[in-house]
Amino acid sequence: MRPSRLAIPLYLLLSLVPIYWLVGMSLKTNEEILGGFSLFPRAPTLANYVTIFTDPDWNQGYLNSLTYVGINTVLSVLLALPAAYAFSRYRFLGDTHLFFWLLSNRMAPPAVFLLPFFQLYSSIGLFDTPWAVALAHMLFTVPLAVWILEGFMSGVPREIDETAYIDGYSFPRFFLRIFLPLVRSGVGVTAFFCFMFSWVELLLARTLTSVDTKPIAATMTRTVSAAGMDWGVLAAAGVITLVPGAIVIYFVRNYIAKGFALGRV
Amino acid sequence: MEKPTNNRAWLLVLPVLLVVAFSAVIPLMTVVNYSVQDILGPEQHVFVGTEWFRKVLRDPELHGALRRQLGFSLAVLAIEIPLGIALALVLPMRGRAASVSLVVLALPLLIPWNVVGTIWQIFARGDIGLLGVAINGLGLKYNYTADALDAWLTVLAMDVWHWTPLVALLCYAGLRAIPEPFYQAARIDGASAWATFRYIQLPRLRGVLTIAVLLRFMDSFMIYTEPFVLTGGGPGNATTFLSQYLTRLAVGQFDLGPAAAFSLIYFLVVLLFSYVFYTAMQHAGRSEAR
Repeated sequence: MRPSRLAIPLYLLLSLVPIYWLVGMSLKTNEEILGGFSLFPRAPTLANYVTIFTDPDWNQGYLNSLTYVGINTVLSVLLALPAAYAFSRYRFLGDTHLFFWLLSNRMAPPAVFLLPFFQLYSSIGLFDTPWAVALAHMLFTVPLAVWILEGFMSGVPREIDETAYIDGYSFPRFFLRIFLPLVRSGVGVTAFFCFMFSWVELLLARTLTSVDTKPIAATMTRTVSAAGMDWGVLAAAGVITLVPGAIVIYFVRNYIAKGFALGRV
Repeated sequence: MEKPTNNRAWLLVLPVLLVVAFSAVIPLMTVVNYSVQDILGPEQHVFVGTEWFRKVLRDPELHGALRRQLGFSLAVLAIEIPLGIALALVLPMRGRAASVSLVVLALPLLIPWNVVGTIWQIFARGDIGLLGVAINGLGLKYNYTADALDAWLTVLAMDVWHWTPLVALLCYAGLRAIPEPFYQAARIDGASAWATFRYIQLPRLRGVLTIAVLLRFMDSFMIYTEPFVLTGGGPGNATTFLSQYLTRLAVGQFDLGPAAAFSLIYFLVVLLFSYVFYTAMQHAGRSEAR
């Protein structure tokens, strides 16, 4: 038990080092970042953050990203729950093929697919709306959600379903009152992963928006200018983009950590 | 126990099917269309059959990129999957330690990919970055912008740092989903920690491990933004992976036909490997004693 007690703090510490570097960079001027090595910022400055917070483009980008990521996460989990239940409990025509096909949609390299995506969403009038990005991201978050949830649901013994039906539960009531609490660790990670993958995706989000709903990741590319790269502002933007995800994982952590409470049903 | 057959389950799957098919089918058909045509202008298309496919498959640059890509993806899987399982096993289970660990663990996943590359670009520099300075301080020669092996290892280290938390989180949630009676039974039988892992935890993790392996394989096989920002594919071609080759084809040379043909080949390669992994893990599960 002794070495394993040390392993986690050690790993977490190591994994924090690059993040420390990101935070450090965000507090430095570009001259200091490129000028030489310094473990701590010599003259910590909030100028980079001021640049971001006083520019409406950055704020708007932040809100735009949160909007489509929010739509995506909620819809993905809601749609995936019944589907994952079906896959984990029943055989039906074409089930295994369908299951694998879902995931195969993650396997297309984006570079060439961007143009048809642009054409598709323009033709139905969704271009430059949060719905376009949310729908496009659902192409890979929904299959992911179905796969993860199916794995957790298959771990729940089927006797529980049968006992509930014998006790006179209807399907919706059984699903919400008994089944969902049993797979809440799965729902927690699923929600987090949908959020995460949609939040960090850049190519589709940038292609499907232009002015009104430009995501924060697209605003970030503006830090590359003719004068070179604005490292400090980019690092500050990176720090700010960490915040929503950290809040999400903080709220779902209980669902992840509590897991299966079979004895307490 | 066999699952009962019930075709009404289709109704539960239908919404997902519609949403995914909406975004999947038309773009795929469009790309297939590009791949067999020479597009000369908005209204000028010439049907060229399999010419693009043959042209792309004979390109020696592609073979190099494919070899590097396979090596990279296998290294990623070989490191991240065991490390992720190990982390999940020793993560604190409850209390404040668990909350803090989970949040800190997940942080690298939440950084936009272009920023990940940017941090490491400075972080690994031998003159101004913490990692580079530290390694050089140990007396090792390290310079990722000039040395091919250093560049490759830097991209690998970056990927391990960035993505191991994904495997760990999945496995952690999977472990939490194991009902307590299983552990009680193991304790009554006096099972060792290894036996508990091998015969109780590992089989129950099969579902999450399948998705973890497939996700890490697919995403590492299509890795683009991070090495592009970090090394730009260099030095030489040392870190030019498949998707960078593809983007060069699609954007740089604006050859939509060959790029589309290559996308489809790429897609099929990922599909094939994923299917092999998936089938192998399903079989491993079935032969497991129940």
